[in-house]
Amino acid sequence: MKGVRSELSILHVDLDAFFAAVEQRDKPSLRGKPVIVGGIGSRGVVATASYEARAYGVRSAMPMSEARRRCPHAAFLAGRFSAYREASATVMSLLRELSELVQPLSLDEAFVDLATSATPPATGEDARRIAVGIKTAIAQATGGLTASVGIASSKLLAKIASDLDKPDGIFVVPPGTERDLLHPMLVTVIPGVGPATSERLRRAGVKTVSDLAAMSPEELIRLLGQAHGSALHALSHAIDDRPVVAERETKSISVEDTYDVDLVDRVLLNGLLDRQVRKVATRLSKARLSGRTVTVKLRLYDFETHTRSATLPAPTDDPRAIGRLARALLADMDVGGGVRLLGVGVSGLADWIQDDLFGEEQDPEPETPEPDLSRFGRQRHWVPGIDVVHSEYGQGWVWGSGLGRVTVRFETRDSGPGPVRTLPESDPGLRRLDQLEPGGPVEPE
Amino acid sequence: MKFRVERDVLADAVAWAARSLPIRPSVPVLAGLLIETGDSGDGLILSAFDYETSARATLPATVTEEGKALVSGRLLADICRSLPNKPVDVEIDGAKVSLVCGSARFSLQTMPVDEYPTLPEMPEATGTVKADLFAAAVAQAVTAAGRDDMLPVLTGVRIEIEGDHIALLATDRFRLSLRELGWDPGSTDATVAALVPARVLDATAKSLTSGTDVTIALSGSGVGEGLIGFEGTVGGGTRRTTTRLLDGEFPKVRTLFPSEHATVARVDRSALVESVKRVSLVAERNTAVQLAFSDGALTLDAGSGDEALATEQIDAVVKGEPITTGFNPTFLLDGLTAIETSIVELSFTQASKPAVITGVDGGIDGDIVDDFRYLLMPRRLLG
Repeated sequence: MKGVRSELSILHVDLDAFFAAVEQRDKPSLRGKPVIVGGIGSRGVVATASYEARAYGVRSAMPMSEARRRCPHAAFLAGRFSAYREASATVMSLLRELSELVQPLSLDEAFVDLATSATPPATGEDARRIAVGIKTAIAQATGGLTASVGIASSKLLAKIASDLDKPDGIFVVPPGTERDLLHPMLVTVIPGVGPATSERLRRAGVKTVSDLAAMSPEELIRLLGQAHGSALHALSHAIDDRPVVAERETKSISVEDTYDVDLVDRVLLNGLLDRQVRKVATRLSKARLSGRTVTVKLRLYDFETHTRSATLPAPTDDPRAIGRLARALLADMDVGGGVRLLGVGVSGLADWIQDDLFGEEQDPEPETPEPDLSRFGRQRHWVPGIDVVHSEYGQGWVWGSGLGRVTVRFETRDSGPGPVRTLPESDPGLRRLDQLEPGGPVEPE
Repeated sequence: MKFRVERDVLADAVAWAARSLPIRPSVPVLAGLLIETGDSGDGLILSAFDYETSARATLPATVTEEGKALVSGRLLADICRSLPNKPVDVEIDGAKVSLVCGSARFSLQTMPVDEYPTLPEMPEATGTVKADLFAAAVAQAVTAAGRDDMLPVLTGVRIEIEGDHIALLATDRFRLSLRELGWDPGSTDATVAALVPARVLDATAKSLTSGTDVTIALSGSGVGEGLIGFEGTVGGGTRRTTTRLLDGEFPKVRTLFPSEHATVARVDRSALVESVKRVSLVAERNTAVQLAFSDGALTLDAGSGDEALATEQIDAVVKGEPITTGFNPTFLLDGLTAIETSIVELSFTQASKPAVITGVDGGIDGDIVDDFRYLLMPRRLLG
């Protein structure tokens, strides 16, 4: 079969308890203690729990209230996306030294195609050596983060393998043994078999991958539909020809903003979006560019990131056209639990625009009343976990706040555990380190 | 209710009416197709309605018991499509409708008939036009109609009727199509204009081509105000559609056609279409295609300096000043493929002003076919 490989050539890296591990690295007093990162508001969910917290039964995607019940003494942190992004970028660039074909799946997970590397592994020993090498390099470059590595002949098996010796582990699946490994496992081990599919399969008497492999493709297609059914049939036989696809950088002009509080008000979000659209349009016209595709990006309170895009019939640099499309896209997106980051971008860049037959004066856009955006400027909000600096005590992180006071633990990655001090919120020496300008980072790439 | 009907006759009429069933019905009964026996005791009437568009089909049938029933339209259409070619017997059986065809037997649930809304009446003022001519004209006109629901006025086709003359106009603000045709206004001499949803108009005109004539019903006031109706004859029955007109002021567009031209070029239509398709392969559809007309030749270019480039030259008869301009290739192709003649004429005033595209009949020196005109705004280079 085309694309199916029989040699050890795909590596999957999964950083262990990534967000929590970055927090423990940067906050020495939390090392070896339960740490839970996620939405700390009333409706928040757990994004990542450290292994110490997992011992109490805390899991990703669990409601934060449940996590607090199970592990009340844990450190509950809102998360610092910029620190995670920085650590992730370091890891991804190390992987790209291994092979030019790297496919990041998220901040903490990626596939690497070893067939295109300088020295593709010939044996299981070679593969293990590569895994040890990359794990050592990651730990050194990131200040001690650990990763779990799986190496196999396909994406499916590599991803499953990285989970088999977690944390800080290595698992190599020798070619020829894929089915033996896969078949006794539960069907949910296959990516794409979520609760709905596994329930359907359960009703058909399918629990394990070998049950699945025993079904005829026709039967499976009848049960799950053409695309899903035939894909699962192949995967159940450990047949997976999906290639590693390097992320192609799309050329775009975009603006995004991170907010201190989780935003749920649609009027407010539309207002913020309009402001971003005007910035994008200004940047486009300064660069003498136009674009056809508008993308709206949301990051929710639990760090889940969603993007939606739509393409216009012709490139434009008109803020009204971009804004209309961006608002329509946002209207279709779920902002339920609150929005942490909002962004809008234009891609499909061109050096021309489609002029209007009617000229400029046509259809003046009704100005939407501008919501009060002033409080999304430099708002002081002492979210647990964020980095602060004090003129006298140095750098630290917010431990808690309330009643006009902020409690800060003054320590850094290299300082060892430091002292806790409670300061008035109005202390002129105290400020946040990560304070983003409204309008956020803007990169014409 | 009890009747017997030919399978093909029923399947045709049901399929035609089912096109107007709403995809997401606002109330459950709107998912239904109403089956009624005719007033004269012979034949059937099928109705579908979504409060915007109504469809009503009549068909011959042997009625043995009068009555009416409301059944799921989609299900009925699916069933009729797959029936063997034998007479179909339908009758009400308690709260169900039974349908028997050969050895196939179905029992369909009914919905409450009295909850079904009354279909709007056809407007009174009517005239007729040849069905295939009308469908072809509408297909040309809708080429330029907008698809952006945020600008609803531009998703319509403006129908202007004056005496024995109809004009169809559509624009998405980047291009404009104007199709003119004759019709028989019957006894009316009304001068009326209406804005009809382009999608409904196009589908309706296409669905009536198997008959010879289409009756168009439109009135300025009185019965059927705010509606337009179309009726045709198909296979021994009638097909009637009404749809609600769009609100809003259609822009004044006729004056946009320039009265004089500095450059007029004639080219082989299919050569130009193929060439535009080829050169616009570069740069992933984000590129504009540049057209340079000079003596005897048209040079097409696409792409930009740091990406792929494409260039091609084709023969052209060019009169007037040499000119270089450019277009969104999709819009240019839309216009060129809407034209039916083998030669097209492109007329320009200035590189930055809209160009007019028309067909030419009878070879490169033939006559302009100006019943369809496509006006296209060129691209503007930034920087």
